[in-house]
Amino acid sequence: MQEMIELTIDDEVVSVPAGTTIYHAAMEMGVVIPTLCFHEYCSANALCRVCVVEVEGSRVLVPACVAKVSAGMVVHTDTPRVRSARKTILEMLAASVDVSDSADVLRLMQDYNARSDRFPASIRRESDLIDDNPMYVRDYSKCILCWRCVQVCAQDAQYTFAINFTGRGYETHIGTFYDRSLTETTCVFCGQCVAVCPTGALKPRREWLLEEKDHAHTR
Amino acid sequence: MPDPDPLLLSPVLDQYKLAGRTSLLPALHAVQSLYGYIPEFAAESIARQLKVPLAEVYGVVTFYSHFRTQSAATRSIQVCKDPACRLDGGIKIPDGIQVEDVPCMGLCDMAPAAAVDGISADWTIDLGLSKRLPLSGRMHKSHIGGDVSILTRNCGKGQVTTLLDYRASGGYTGLENALRLTPPELIAQVKASGLVGRGGAAFPTGVKWESAAAASDSTRYVICNADESEPGTFKDRILLEDDPHHMIEGLIIAGYAIGAQKGYVYIRVEYSEAYQVILHALDEARQAGILGKNILTSGFSFDIEVRQGAGAYVCGEETALFESIEGKRGLPRIKPPFPTTAGLFGKPTVINNVETLCNIPEILREGAQAYSARGTQKSTGTKLFCLSGDVVRPGLYELPFGASLRHLIEDLAGGMANQRGFGAALVGGAAGGFATAAELDTRLSFEDMRSAGIPLGAGVVMVFDETRDLRLILLRLAQFFAEESCGKCFPCQLGTQRQVEILHRVVDGQIDKEDPTRLSEIAQTMTDASICGLGQSAAMAIQSANKRWPQIFTARQDGR
Repeated sequence: MQEMIELTIDDEVVSVPAGTTIYHAAMEMGVVIPTLCFHEYCSANALCRVCVVEVEGSRVLVPACVAKVSAGMVVHTDTPRVRSARKTILEMLAASVDVSDSADVLRLMQDYNARSDRFPASIRRESDLIDDNPMYVRDYSKCILCWRCVQVCAQDAQYTFAINFTGRGYETHIGTFYDRSLTETTCVFCGQCVAVCPTGALKPRREWLLEEKDHAHTR
Repeated sequence: MPDPDPLLLSPVLDQYKLAGRTSLLPALHAVQSLYGYIPEFAAESIARQLKVPLAEVYGVVTFYSHFRTQSAATRSIQVCKDPACRLDGGIKIPDGIQVEDVPCMGLCDMAPAAAVDGISADWTIDLGLSKRLPLSGRMHKSHIGGDVSILTRNCGKGQVTTLLDYRASGGYTGLENALRLTPPELIAQVKASGLVGRGGAAFPTGVKWESAAAASDSTRYVICNADESEPGTFKDRILLEDDPHHMIEGLIIAGYAIGAQKGYVYIRVEYSEAYQVILHALDEARQAGILGKNILTSGFSFDIEVRQGAGAYVCGEETALFESIEGKRGLPRIKPPFPTTAGLFGKPTVINNVETLCNIPEILREGAQAYSARGTQKSTGTKLFCLSGDVVRPGLYELPFGASLRHLIEDLAGGMANQRGFGAALVGGAAGGFATAAELDTRLSFEDMRSAGIPLGAGVVMVFDETRDLRLILLRLAQFFAEESCGKCFPCQLGTQRQVEILHRVVDGQIDKEDPTRLSEIAQTMTDASICGLGQSAAMAIQSANKRWPQIFTARQDGR
C-alpha cells in the first residue's frame, strides 16, 4: 500500500500519497493554487512562481507545483505575503510583454488587483513577428518564457529539439540554431508547441491571417 | 579577416567525442581559441560529435557571455565596469583601441583593472600588452597583509609556490594525517573544527561532508568552486595563483572523506593565469604520487579535472555550476534534492569554495582544537578580507574572526585615501550590505555581522569616501544583477530589470514618488520567491542603502 502523508493546508487536515506536490494536494481538497507556467502534461519547473505558498518553518516562499508534501507540513496558500508576491510578479510581467492575448494572465491580474501600469517607463521585451513557415507564426513580444514550447519540442513530447533558449536573463528568447528559419530546423510541424502556448505568442498561421483581416476591417 | 578554415576543426574536436555532452564547454572554448568565435559550421560539428541537439548547442553558446557567434573585428582591451574600478571614472583609454566593458575581473585591489586576452594588464605601464606573460614574471603583485599568515603564508611573493616550497612550508602533512584516519574520523575532525563555508553561505563544512558520505550511491564527486565572481572579491584568485597546492590538498582530503573518485575545479574563464597555474600544480602532484592512483601509498585513488567557466556569475551557484559542467546553460536547479544526495551527474556531490578548502589542510595539520582556538566561539579560524576602494592599501588581509571592521580599514589598510572622510563600506559583495561610520566597531564574525544586519558574505570590504555618490554605485550593482540573472524564474528575470530602470531614475534625479515603494515590492518578491541565491540577494545592497540613507531615494531637492 502506498504511504499516506498527513498535512495541513489552509487550516484543514488532508491526507495524500507520498510524493504528491503541494499543488495537487491542495487540488484534492478543492483549493486551486494559481499557476502560469505549469501544465499537467509538461515537466514542472517552478519558473513563474505564481504558485508560491507559505510553508511554516520555511525562510522563503515555496513553489507549490514542484514542492512535495511532508508529514506535519503546515501550508498557507492565500496569505498577504503570498498575494503580494503574486501581484508583483504579474505587474512586472505586464510591464515586460504584451499579455493582451493571454486569458490566463489577464484573469490572474484581475484576481490579484494587479495593475498593468504599476511599473511605468519599463523597457519591454519586444521583437518582430516571425512568419517563416506555412503552419504557424511566432510573436515573441507576447512570450512570457513559460518554457512549455521548448519542453514539448524536447523530452516532454516530440523529441525534435528544434527550438531552445537563446540569450539569458531579461533578454532570454525562444529561438532556433543560429536563428535559422523553422523550415531549416528539425521541426516536424507537429503543432504541440502551439497547443501548449498560454499567451498567443505561437499561433496557427490561418488564425493569425483571419485576425489580421478582422483588424484591417475595424481600422 | 580571413574566413575560418573548417579543415582545422576535426583534430581539435576529436578529443571531446568520447565524453559526450559534458565536453560541450571545453569544445566551445577550443573552437573559440581556434577561430576567435564560434562559427555556425563549427557549432554544428560540435553538436554532431557530442550528440547534442543543434538548438541546445546554440542555447549554451548564447547563455555564456564569453562565447561569441561573430568574429570580433579587432582585438579589444577589457575594462572592468564595477564600482571599485569606476570610482574615478575608470580608465581613460586612448582613441583607436577597442574597449569592452566587462563585469568584475577580481582585480579590485589593483583598480582600475583591465585585461587583454584575459591576462590582467597594467595599463599604466603598457597599454599595448598583448602577449601571454610567463608565469614567473607576472606584472601584478597583490598586497597581502593582516594579523596572521596561515592561509596566505605562501601568498604575495610574486611567484607561484612550487610543490617543493609548499611541502617545505608544511604542505601535504595535512593530507598525510588525513589518510591515517578513517573517513568518519576525518569528518569528525572537520566538524569539531567549527569550519563553515567561506563562499558566502557559511554552511558547516563537516555536516556537508557527512551528508554526502552517508549517501547510498558510491559514485561521488567533490568540486572546488573557483568561480569567484562577486564584485569586490579576489581572494580565491590570489590563493590559486600564488599557492595552488593549498586548494589541491584540501580537495584531495575532501575526496578521501566522502569516498569520491574524482574531483573538479570549476574556475571562471577570466582567471586564466590561475587556470594555468593549477594545471601545472596538478602535474607536479601527479608526478609526486600525491594525486592519481594509490595516493601516498595509502590505497586511495583520486584525480582532479579543471573546467573553465565561460562568463556567467550565476555558475557560482552550486547547482548551476553542475549544469555547466554537464554541458548545459547555467540555470540553478530546484532544491531539494540537495547536492549531497543528487549533485553533479545526479550523484552525491560536495562542493566547497577555494578558501574553505584551503582551511582543510590546516585543520588536519594542527588538529581541530588548535584550529578552533583562533577566532570567536561561533566563527572559528581565520578569514580573508578583500579590501578595495578608497583605502590607502587595498589588498588581501587575513584575520582571525572577531577583529573590528575599524581595525581592518584603519590599522591594516592604512585608513582612507586622499585625506577624505569615511563614507560607507559595502560589505559582503554586490549581494551585501553597507556599513556606516557608526558600525565600524562591529566585530567581523558571522554572528556579530548577522546581528548588525550586514552579511559577511565572501569577505568583501569595498570602502567609499564621503564624497562618493552612492546612487551611481547602487545603479551599477543593479545592472550587474540584471546582466547576470539567468532568466529562469520570473521574480529575478523581471525584478532585476525593473530595479535597473528605477535606479536610472534615481541617478537622473527623475524619481517618481512611488519608486521607493516599487523598489521594496520588487525586493520583497525577489527575496521571497526567487529560485536561487542570486535573485534572493539581488536587492540586498539597495535595501541596505535605503534603510541607512532613505534620502537617496527621494526626489532631489536642489532641482538638478
